Amino acid sequence: MLEIKDLYASVQGKEILKGLSLKIGAGEVHAIMGPNGAGKSTTSYALAGREGYDVTSGSVTFKGEDLLALKAEERAAKGLFLAFQYPLEIPGVSNLTFLKTAVNSQARLRGEADLDAVQFLKFVRTTAKTLNVSEDMLKRPLNVGFSGGEKKRNEVLQMAMLKPSLAILDETDSGLDIDALKVVAEGVNALRAPDRSFLVITHYQRLLDYIVPDFVHVLAGGRIVRSGDKSLALLLEEQGYEALTEKAA
Amino acid sequence: MTQEADTLKELADQKYKYGFVSDIESELAPKGLSEETVRYISAKKNEPDWMLDWRLAAFRRWKTMTEPKWARVHYPPIDFQDAYYYAAPKVKKPAPASLDEVDPELIKTYEKLGIPLSEQKMLTGVAVDAVFDSVSVATTFKSKLEEVGVIFCPISEALAKHPDLVRKYLGTVVPVADNFYATLNSAVFSDGSFVYIPEGVRCPMELSTYFRINASNTGQFERTIIIADKGAYVSYLEGCTAPMRDENQLHAAVVELVALEGAEIKYSTVQNWYPGDETGKGGIYNFVTKRGDCRGANSKISWTQVETGSSITWKYPSCILRGENSVGEFYSIAIANHFQQADTGTKMIHLGKNTKSRIISKGISAGSAQNTYRGLVRVHHKAEGARNFTQCDSLLLGSKCGAHTVPYIESRNPSAILEHEATTSKISDDQLFYCQSRGIPAEEAVALIVNGFCKEVLQQLPMEFAVEAQKLVGISLEGSVG
Ligand SMILES: Nc1ncnc2c1ncn2[C@@H]1O[C@H](COP(=O)(O)OP(=O)(O)OP(=O)(O)O)[C@@H](O)[C@H]1O
Ligand SMILES: [Mg+2]
Repeated sequence: MLEIKDLYASVQGKEILKGLSLKIGAGEVHAIMGPNGAGKSTTSYALAGREGYDVTSGSVTFKGEDLLALKAEERAAKGLFLAFQYPLEIPGVSNLTFLKTAVNSQARLRGEADLDAVQFLKFVRTTAKTLNVSEDMLKRPLNVGFSGGEKKRNEVLQMAMLKPSLAILDETDSGLDIDALKVVAEGVNALRAPDRSFLVITHYQRLLDYIVPDFVHVLAGGRIVRSGDKSLALLLEEQGYEALTEKAA
Repeated sequence: MTQEADTLKELADQKYKYGFVSDIESELAPKGLSEETVRYISAKKNEPDWMLDWRLAAFRRWKTMTEPKWARVHYPPIDFQDAYYYAAPKVKKPAPASLDEVDPELIKTYEKLGIPLSEQKMLTGVAVDAVFDSVSVATTFKSKLEEVGVIFCPISEALAKHPDLVRKYLGTVVPVADNFYATLNSAVFSDGSFVYIPEGVRCPMELSTYFRINASNTGQFERTIIIADKGAYVSYLEGCTAPMRDENQLHAAVVELVALEGAEIKYSTVQNWYPGDETGKGGIYNFVTKRGDCRGANSKISWTQVETGSSITWKYPSCILRGENSVGEFYSIAIANHFQQADTGTKMIHLGKNTKSRIISKGISAGSAQNTYRGLVRVHHKAEGARNFTQCDSLLLGSKCGAHTVPYIESRNPSAILEHEATTSKISDDQLFYCQSRGIPAEEAVALIVNGFCKEVLQQLPMEFAVEAQKLVGISLEGSVG
């Protein structure tokens, strides 16, 4: 699905990623944990194609294709999705209009026909319901005045609508109450499929009780310093990053 | 739904698509402006003597006037002697009796512009008057309108067929000496539409005039008069385009609206004159005077404008709220990209008791453009209970453009309630990336966000034109990102 090889990337001249390598197979769930400022969000932005996140060396292959050669919207159409740590607000554009535009836009980039309008609405409504996204939230301008937790649930709604091959969730659990955390986790689990992979960035092992990862990685100083199975998350919780990363270094 | 997607796709590969020139031989007035020119135009139109005298008086007055300098627009001095004031496609017959007699090249031109003139092909429910340079070349659905007593014809025809009606209203809303460009128009106006809706009649279709400048070095000076008699209703829309040329061309129109007791006029404009190129070369100078008079009690005049074209726009569609309980509205979208300059807004003059006005202005600036909202709300001392609500929102794309808001408020009646809100916002790179990460390319994202920003105004347009306007909003902002 995704293979990152020895990736170096800098932001505004400052090198953040320093030789990051990671391989994600189809259907797998990977979790990335790591201290603040380690480069987790930077990794997700570099993968999603954000301007100003300059890859200086290394390679990324996504579904057999050179991901870095694609524009951000083309990466999305190819099946890459990023749930933002801080979702943006867009005044004047309703949540529903935005979703529809995104779905149709991706279809067009793939050379497919637009989704039938009636079908689309039906699909949004049922998906929204399972994620506790209210009708009101669908009609309001995108993310404007949404609470922190509402924004995160809305990110998961977008993911469910766009049905990506690889979904990167950047701290989607931060700011969620306990019930919302379960709702979001269920939403993610419902999407788990043999041809769909997840990269879950989190600070809390609790999320991993709900979304059980196949692999856990520790990102520190711009690269993966340790990898293991889900027990690594428990170990981290117990000992903290410092002890573990020191050992690795 | 699919329409919206089409819109977005289309705008990705369009530039100013109306920039072509039609190969049509013109008959021109002698170059320059003199009494002789004025007489030439009047004679061409077989006008009555009083009309010629009116024009000549305006011309003499104009010679004593100077150009207004208070707007936030900059351009080199205009040489008024270096232009033609009348250009008409050469025809064998002066007035084609039916569409079959109209030059096929003209019909082709309008089809290319998306305005088929044959009634079978037209949008049902919309009657069109097509004005090409200085003359009206076709008016559709005339007979259907005549059945209910609605007059919709070129003003030159109205002068011949309904001279008393024209004389009664001409210059009563925009006086001859109102301002430099209105006075110039009074002297040399050539064509434009005349509309009269009789008492109690609800006009059965949308009326629309499509203005096209084709000849080079030529100004267009049309005059439009719309009268809604007691209890009448009409919705009118004008559209405008011009070829791409390196020179600047002058368009100085005058529009006069009169709403009598209980009448309502809805006037919509989709202005897409050639805006000039990316470096600011060429484009139309759009210096226009539009004013509506709510002459009767309980009357209403509503202006909606989508201003995307012209290199310079100087335009303030206004309402004189004379009748008690009359209502004036102004809904505006002004887009300025590259080196365009827009100075536009409205005047709401509250004279009568319990008069209400509402101003919603959405200004979008991109590239190196300057966009100014200039508005006046004046409450006369007799206008007991007057109310105004004004909202001016500006949206900036990039950091080289400018947005300016200049509201004037003069209230001489303490019972008046006047509210004013203003905001300025920007489209951020982060917002654009967020859209892109969902599969929406940057230019489409801009169109999506700007259309959202303008929603309140777009909703005011007649349905048939709302989609068109939405597309235009996206197209005119092309090249503003990336
Ligand atoms: N635009 C920028 N300009 C300068 N430095 C930046 C910029 N963006 C990120 N950085 C720096 O890059 C480093 C990595 O940031 P990143 O957001 O990837 O961390 P993170 O691992 O996601 O942290 P957190 O757990 O707090 O979300 C930080 O030191 C941050 O300050
Ligand atoms: Mg982060």
